[in-house]
Amino acid sequence: MWKHLPLWKLLSTVELSTSITKSKAIFSSALNFDYSKPHYIKFFSSGLYFIILFLFLFFSDPSPNLTFQSLQQPKTTTDAMALARRSSGLLKPLSTASSSSLLQRRPFSTDDTTTITVETSVPFTGHNCDPPSRSVDTTPKELMTFFTDMAFMRRMEIAADSLYKSKLIRGFCHLYDGQEAVSIGMEAAITKKDCIITAYRDHCIFLGRGGTLLESFAELMGRQAGCSRGKGGSMHFYKKDACFFGGHGIVGAQVPLGCGLAFAQKYRKEDHVTFTMYGDGAANQGQLFEALNMAALWDLPAILVCENNHYGMGTAEWRAAKSPAYYKRGDYVPGLKVDGMDAFAVKQACKFAKEHALKNGPIILEMDTYRYHGHSMSDPGSTYRTRDEISGVRQERDPIERIRKLIFAHDLATEKELKDIEKQARKEVDEAIAQAKESPMPDESELFTNVYRKGYGVESFGTDRKELRATLP
Amino acid sequence: MATIFQRIGAATSLSYSIDTKTSRRSLSERKASFVVVRSDATKINTGLNRIGGRVDHLITNAVATKADTLAASTASKPGHEVLLFEALKEGLEEEMERDARVCVMGEDVGHYGGSYKVTKGLAPKFGDLRVLDTPIAENSFTGMGIGAAMTGLRPVIEGMNMGFLLLAFNQISNNCGMLHYTSGGQFKIPVVIRGPGGVGRQLGAEHSQRLESYFQSIPGIQMVACSTPYNAKGLMKAAIRSDNPVILFEHVLLYNLKETIPDEEYVLNLEEAEMVRPGQHVTILTYSRMRYHVMQAAKTLVNKGYDPEVIDIRSLKPFDLHTIGNSVKKTHRVLIVEECMRTGGIGASLTAAINENFQDYLDAPIVCLSSQDVPTPYAGTLEEWTVVQPPQIVAAVEQLCQ
Repeated sequence: MWKHLPLWKLLSTVELSTSITKSKAIFSSALNFDYSKPHYIKFFSSGLYFIILFLFLFFSDPSPNLTFQSLQQPKTTTDAMALARRSSGLLKPLSTASSSSLLQRRPFSTDDTTTITVETSVPFTGHNCDPPSRSVDTTPKELMTFFTDMAFMRRMEIAADSLYKSKLIRGFCHLYDGQEAVSIGMEAAITKKDCIITAYRDHCIFLGRGGTLLESFAELMGRQAGCSRGKGGSMHFYKKDACFFGGHGIVGAQVPLGCGLAFAQKYRKEDHVTFTMYGDGAANQGQLFEALNMAALWDLPAILVCENNHYGMGTAEWRAAKSPAYYKRGDYVPGLKVDGMDAFAVKQACKFAKEHALKNGPIILEMDTYRYHGHSMSDPGSTYRTRDEISGVRQERDPIERIRKLIFAHDLATEKELKDIEKQARKEVDEAIAQAKESPMPDESELFTNVYRKGYGVESFGTDRKELRATLP
Repeated sequence: MATIFQRIGAATSLSYSIDTKTSRRSLSERKASFVVVRSDATKINTGLNRIGGRVDHLITNAVATKADTLAASTASKPGHEVLLFEALKEGLEEEMERDARVCVMGEDVGHYGGSYKVTKGLAPKFGDLRVLDTPIAENSFTGMGIGAAMTGLRPVIEGMNMGFLLLAFNQISNNCGMLHYTSGGQFKIPVVIRGPGGVGRQLGAEHSQRLESYFQSIPGIQMVACSTPYNAKGLMKAAIRSDNPVILFEHVLLYNLKETIPDEEYVLNLEEAEMVRPGQHVTILTYSRMRYHVMQAAKTLVNKGYDPEVIDIRSLKPFDLHTIGNSVKKTHRVLIVEECMRTGGIGASLTAAINENFQDYLDAPIVCLSSQDVPTPYAGTLEEWTVVQPPQIVAAVEQLCQ
């Protein structure tokens, strides 16, 4: 904190000296104080000014470390020491409980055996099915993993925001911050053999499926090290070995693809399911209902996940859909409404859905979630909703904050440790960005690669080829 | 409709069925467009290395008159006679037996047997999941096929009429054609999208569409058009085996064509054009149903003393500019006869391609005869005049050869 002090020091010493001289003047007059005269106002006001100044000084620190630890750092002035003691008492930090355990400090728990039972924020609402219970079992390790992964995702999206503004990322960039719980909760409930397919808001889901930060940033910047070798872009992240099928730009077109994935799983008699994700905007697409009909007809193991962030691009859901109860839209297909900002609710719902889909066929999950950014980077996000709404959701429903509170409630880590995790996330993201910037742009010859598959031994050079070479396999 | 017998197919194939290796070498000197395998079909599709200058070695399929072919067919060991839709079914069935990942999906393909009987009998044989009756939802079942292909299945998607595939255009263009590229090569989409198109017998405007022109600029797909039972079966097999998405254009009026095709298994090359009749005076490029109009006109032309070279281009994307180029270099005159629309049709882009590449070899501007830019009317006489008729072809050749 004190490293931010220089300018303030200068100002404060000036202010201090003036206020001291002022108060000195008043003090001297206070000695022969006459209560009938209004001098006492000046006395009190300047003293108050003095106190408020120092408090303001203390508050102005951008990253206040208001915990017990601040006591242990050597202070430069006795004034500051006194202030710190006073303020740490004044502003009760969240970790007072943990401060007592500071004496027996332990690293954050990677315990995998003890079971913690967590209640979801709201009960599930079911349509044509019995909703699962609100109690979710988890372990300390899982809690910490949730926090770490979500911190990484959040950090990545914020970094992508600034990269876009510095024109290193061009075109479309759709950010997922606020909705991380959906990706995290889903991954916790399934394996890497279950398929996921989503639309263009795919950065964090790619990360959840095992993608690296370097691959993401390189792809966003169009470099060779990207997951699609720089030829896809923000909307085309794919990871075949983790069964992540992308990454699609056309709204709603991925839903029939997802049912095709489920069809292939049924064809091969695999014991896996497909999570087909779409948004509340895509929920009004006709091909979704066509695909749902076919999935229900043939009992395909398809789980349709509607990430309802209440705004389809710039239009609120109530202005686009006659019936915004997307989980009920399946009619004969059962549905479940889930709080999408609660990672454990998502986990429970996905587990339930997987069991259901393997036995009975498709099911719709509606994740009630929220995105802090606009639809894409060219959308400020505040023309169709108020800033109060955004900050309100951020205060009350933020998925990372929820996990943080749970961690503190169960005594799994201190605030400093969580801050360290966030710092680590920031560091790794910065490293990945630096590494991605070093990766070269794709070669010119890459323009023509991967247009056709070389199954027939044919090379293509644009629409007309002067030399025909064909080898049959 | 005149029946056309292909002499080579039946005659030479048998003698090479013993040893595929020697057959490869000798085949490359003979007909280079198919591969012969053992009858027990254990080793399939040996490689066929083709070097430049292939056309010089080609023994072309001459269009024989009826008397000749009768003699030929009785002289050699016969194949079997099939109708075009049966040839397609044979190709499909053989591929489904060979590879368990091949499946069919479309409207009425299963229990009904296919609206043009191409999939008749396949559903009882392979089961309902492999020959899937879909609801009438082209957009989503095409998408479903593409999604299944992403995981490794090889679906054959049937559109009951090519015109209905317009509803699935987004899936075909964005997801089918481009996924291999935008995923950086991670996913391949080995689908075959097939169906009948073209002008039929008074089917009306919406059911007589030619979609070749709409699909031709989609990057990442291949397009082929079949015209005889022989190449229908070969192209169907090649399309299923190809790892690229292939659109196979059939024609409504050609399904009942009869021909003798070989008993042995053969797979044709997807990117190759077929020399129907070699000649010296003018190159006539055509495909699908117009091949027969051209052959009819060719008879008249031969009687008048012209010697047209007729090439069935078969591969609509990419064009087989090698065969076409060699022909242009020989005859120096090109006539394109197609059923596609005048504006932005296959003929238009073929004209541009030939002009760009073989400008120096042309003695006259390329003439392109295509259908009129009108919706196909219902009335029979009007419908006849939307497509190109043999007298128009004859007149065009006469004018070109002046």
